[in-house]
Amino acid sequence: MMESLQTLFGSSWPVVWTLAKIVAIVLPLMIAIAYLTLAERKVIGYMQVRIGPNRVGYFGLLQPLADGIKLLMKEIIVPTASNKGLFLLGPVLAIAPAFAAWAVVPFDATLVLADIDAGLLYILAMTSVAVYGVIIAGWASNSKYAFLGSLRSAAQIVSYEIAMGFALVGVLMSANSLNLGKIVTAQAGGFWHWYWLPLFPLFIVYFISAVAETNRAPFDVAEGESEIVAGFHVEYSGMAFAVFFLAEYANIWLVCMLAALMFLGGWLSPVPFLPDSILWLFLKVGFLVFCFLWFRATFPRYRYDQIMRLGWKVFIPITLVWIIVVGAMMQTPWAYLFH
Amino acid sequence: MLRKVKDVFSSLMLVELLKGMALTGRYFFARKITVQFPEERTPMSPRFRGLHALRRYPNGEERCIACKLCEAVCPAMAITIESEQREDNTRRTTRYDIDLTKCIFCGMCEESCPVDSIVETRIFDYHGEQRGDLLYTKQMLLAVGDKYEAQIAADRTEDAKFR
Repeated sequence: MMESLQTLFGSSWPVVWTLAKIVAIVLPLMIAIAYLTLAERKVIGYMQVRIGPNRVGYFGLLQPLADGIKLLMKEIIVPTASNKGLFLLGPVLAIAPAFAAWAVVPFDATLVLADIDAGLLYILAMTSVAVYGVIIAGWASNSKYAFLGSLRSAAQIVSYEIAMGFALVGVLMSANSLNLGKIVTAQAGGFWHWYWLPLFPLFIVYFISAVAETNRAPFDVAEGESEIVAGFHVEYSGMAFAVFFLAEYANIWLVCMLAALMFLGGWLSPVPFLPDSILWLFLKVGFLVFCFLWFRATFPRYRYDQIMRLGWKVFIPITLVWIIVVGAMMQTPWAYLFH
Repeated sequence: MLRKVKDVFSSLMLVELLKGMALTGRYFFARKITVQFPEERTPMSPRFRGLHALRRYPNGEERCIACKLCEAVCPAMAITIESEQREDNTRRTTRYDIDLTKCIFCGMCEESCPVDSIVETRIFDYHGEQRGDLLYTKQMLLAVGDKYEAQIAADRTEDAKFR
């Protein structure tokens, strides 16, 4: 089967095969993003003693489809005073890195698109690019509200990226590798070997920073639905607006996937007598994503100065101290605890 | 001092946040109280103030005697009445319009009516598709009254002892 396909495509085979693999990742990811919007409305509804959407299809299962069609049919209004090229580039820059980062995510010991050694570095680089989407969208709109929103948003994302990066430094020290697959295999041997235990403060800091990084409640001041309607994307409508939302949800899946890989042992089984499987990975990611929705249903929005205080004065010191603790402990006989 | 240390410690341990999450987590499994509207409806009082109706006596004679109290009392000035003397020397309306886009459903017309002619019914899910559809004329109001007389009469009897 494979050989016949290979002869069919001839020298273009590597390109075709890579494209097929990309589609195999992006397509399920798109579906996961679409259904995360439904899951969010359902989970928040349930926590507010409501049912949530249940009219379109059984249990509301066709709701994401209906929403998608609605948004596709709507007009994309480009403000006259905007910079048209950059205005349309904004959403693209927001969503492209959120998808591109999945190239290095290992789903299994062998199931990974690009098994590169600097995988983690690549992901940090990619997620950093997303902030340009926000800034460009806010600037190109040529609206003071969009611009202020984008500044707030960008400042928040940049601040929490530092804490996030430091939290990951702890993982690097423990795993001695930037390759995500190697980081996971370094955690082998049951849930007490996963890094969430020795690096517990870093895990918590990472996860909370991830919430802030994706501009989710309670750190969603940039969007602040009940106060300022929208932030950097006030001027966007139709599918251009939807792309920002898709990017947000794609980023949620991404940061949860990273948390699962780096702190919760990826595809490794929590107890030795059960086999390792990709299902464990989905279970862990699913739980972390559920936590995102849980946070949104629980916590009131932070004030802007509180967000900055938490990022700069609490998280960065905590991560620095714990990195030093880990580094110091590695020079003692208890070093095995941190590997 | 000790208290401050305790506060810092408990905020670092996210105690309050976990308490909040425990609460919402419990509600996640709680019984849902949503009423599935078109299929299920909430109970309604006999005093419900919905769409207006003009009533008739059992012999078919319209109740309204064109006293214009409702027109006078209407705070939104949504009612317009014109009247004349009929052949049998009784005063009757020739025109009785309620502009439902002005109406605030306060129920004062119903309260002021000496003959229980203008009433508000339980109907609340009506609509107009064109401009002017919600300007109800005498004929339309009488038609509503004729159609729902049983329900209207039952509601008045149920509420009579409180009036």
